Amino acid sequence: MTAATSSAASLRAEQDRGRRKAQNKERWAQGRTYISAAVILIWCLAPAYWMVVTAFREVGFTYDTSILPTHVTLDNFRTAFDTSFGNRFGQALLNSIFIGVVVTLISLIIGVFAAYALARLNFRGKFLVLGFILGASMFPGVALITPLFQLFTNIGWMGTYQALIIPNISFVLPLTVYTMTSFFREMPWELEESARVDGCTQGQAFRKVIMPLAAPAIFTTAILAFISSWNEFLIASQLSSDATQPVTVAIANFAGAQPNQIPYTAIMAAGTIVTIPLVILVLVFQRKIVAGLTAGAVK
Amino acid sequence: MATEVGPTPVKAPASGGTPVHHGPKGVGEDNKILSQGKWATWLLAPTIIALAVVIVYPIISAIVMSFQKDAGLDPATGLFTAGGPAGVQNYVNWIAQQCSAPAGGTVACPPGTLGSQFWSATATTFFFTVVTVAFETVLGFWMAMIMARTFKGRSMVRAAVLVPWAIPTAVTAKLWFFIFAFEGIANKLFNTSILWTGSEWPAKWAVVIADVWKTTPFMALLILAGLQMIPAEVYEAAKVDGATAWQRFRLITLPLVKPALMVAILFRTLDALRMFDLPYILTGGANNTTTLSILVINQIRQGFNAAAALSTITFIIIFLVAFIFVRFLGANVVEQSGATGKGKK
Repeated sequence: MTAATSSAASLRAEQDRGRRKAQNKERWAQGRTYISAAVILIWCLAPAYWMVVTAFREVGFTYDTSILPTHVTLDNFRTAFDTSFGNRFGQALLNSIFIGVVVTLISLIIGVFAAYALARLNFRGKFLVLGFILGASMFPGVALITPLFQLFTNIGWMGTYQALIIPNISFVLPLTVYTMTSFFREMPWELEESARVDGCTQGQAFRKVIMPLAAPAIFTTAILAFISSWNEFLIASQLSSDATQPVTVAIANFAGAQPNQIPYTAIMAAGTIVTIPLVILVLVFQRKIVAGLTAGAVK
Repeated sequence: MATEVGPTPVKAPASGGTPVHHGPKGVGEDNKILSQGKWATWLLAPTIIALAVVIVYPIISAIVMSFQKDAGLDPATGLFTAGGPAGVQNYVNWIAQQCSAPAGGTVACPPGTLGSQFWSATATTFFFTVVTVAFETVLGFWMAMIMARTFKGRSMVRAAVLVPWAIPTAVTAKLWFFIFAFEGIANKLFNTSILWTGSEWPAKWAVVIADVWKTTPFMALLILAGLQMIPAEVYEAAKVDGATAWQRFRLITLPLVKPALMVAILFRTLDALRMFDLPYILTGGANNTTTLSILVINQIRQGFNAAAALSTITFIIIFLVAFIFVRFLGANVVEQSGATGKGKK
């Protein structure tokens, strides 16, 4: 009797110990996850944070290592827009916005039709077209630049907006088609079918039913396309003039008051201005952007 | 147009636009494909034409140019000579590093000229590709595994990884240039006094670190998307069967995430092979950080046609690497990116 109770007690103790062990293990695993997450956060954000902090430091404190900014000033932002050293940052911002908007619009308008066909229609040679567009998206920019450089020199397009917009489409359009194709494939197409049963033509069904449904996807694709165009440097660094250069080129060539001095704080201020709108856009539409980024590649 | 080509087997979309027909194909089905083909031609034409203008035309033009001599001063006579056909001279110039000699014929390109830099640029390009992609794969996988777990603040981490991705490469390069400045934070933090962009290996590692920082998030997101397509029941079943964590990783996670992983690696590899902005701005291509893309750009102002030959070589290298990936390593990109919608959640 006593032996039985004691063995029952020891069994319970054993179980308790086991449970506690499992709990500890669980807690330890959870703790490791949080430590890893913190490492990822610091690794991703610290350099970007350093850019922003430096943008607010007085020039004399460029290499300050304090984590919180001391000697805060807004002068660097003023210097960034100062044109007296030959920098045209303000103009470059407008150029980037203009080029980005035009490239995004053109790519979306023709890309959406292609994506619809690839996602929805059955036709011969579909894989060939998909392969061609995917190949286009992986194409090295330098292979385009030599002939374009010669062509644009010959027809007097060097430094014009169209000389920047047209090659840019070769990078952005394949991206648009791919992202939109995978978004289209996930849409509830039964609605289109019932619209057609109700007497719509395919074109009407597309316009009246599909396009409104696709609006969020189109918006996401537009953000991705705009960011991609905003990032472009290779073509712009070779084919733009002082008047048409986008921000990426302006920042890369940023000059200071003295020829040998690199105006780091002003460059960091310019970098912050160029980056903050993108980061805000990306954080607000985080879910959609991740869906768009991974859709073309993995699904 | 491309849409008419070949008897490529056409698979039905998963949730068909027209009601999905299972079973044998009838005559009506053929008509439907024909009429859809006509639609598809119209819808695809603008994209195909646009890409033909901005990509196919330059490729053909570059290939034609690469077999032309560059116009310039003839060093022997001091007279300006027009181009004319060059045969494979431009390719010989790069691959065999034989520059045309003043006295006619060819000599080995003198050190310091662009012609002598082809193989070192190729080596640099492959070094950057292998090292950055290796780091990005391992780090990206680790980050994806963490982000796939459930914990408080997970969405914050997922948002944070997008920050490096959203910063333009040109800005990234300037930012890391500042971090790696002699008096910069990198030296202060590690109490070193390395001239990061001043000698070969520090300069190379500076490029690698900046690139890994910028593009690991993209890799992590692609791998995370792959991880999330693995059903949780598979893991539970394995746990019940007593598989250890390492076994679950090796026997379930790796094989099931492999297709997504291969696509991510392929994307990043092709991206790294054409790397330009980062080393161009960060180091200016000095200290053996000149990639093939930078070499092409440096050559353009010295002669279009020689640059065209080099860009064609770069294109062929990238094409070959992509071919090897798809053919031998099973990165079936088209299938993955899927015309079929198969393998969706």
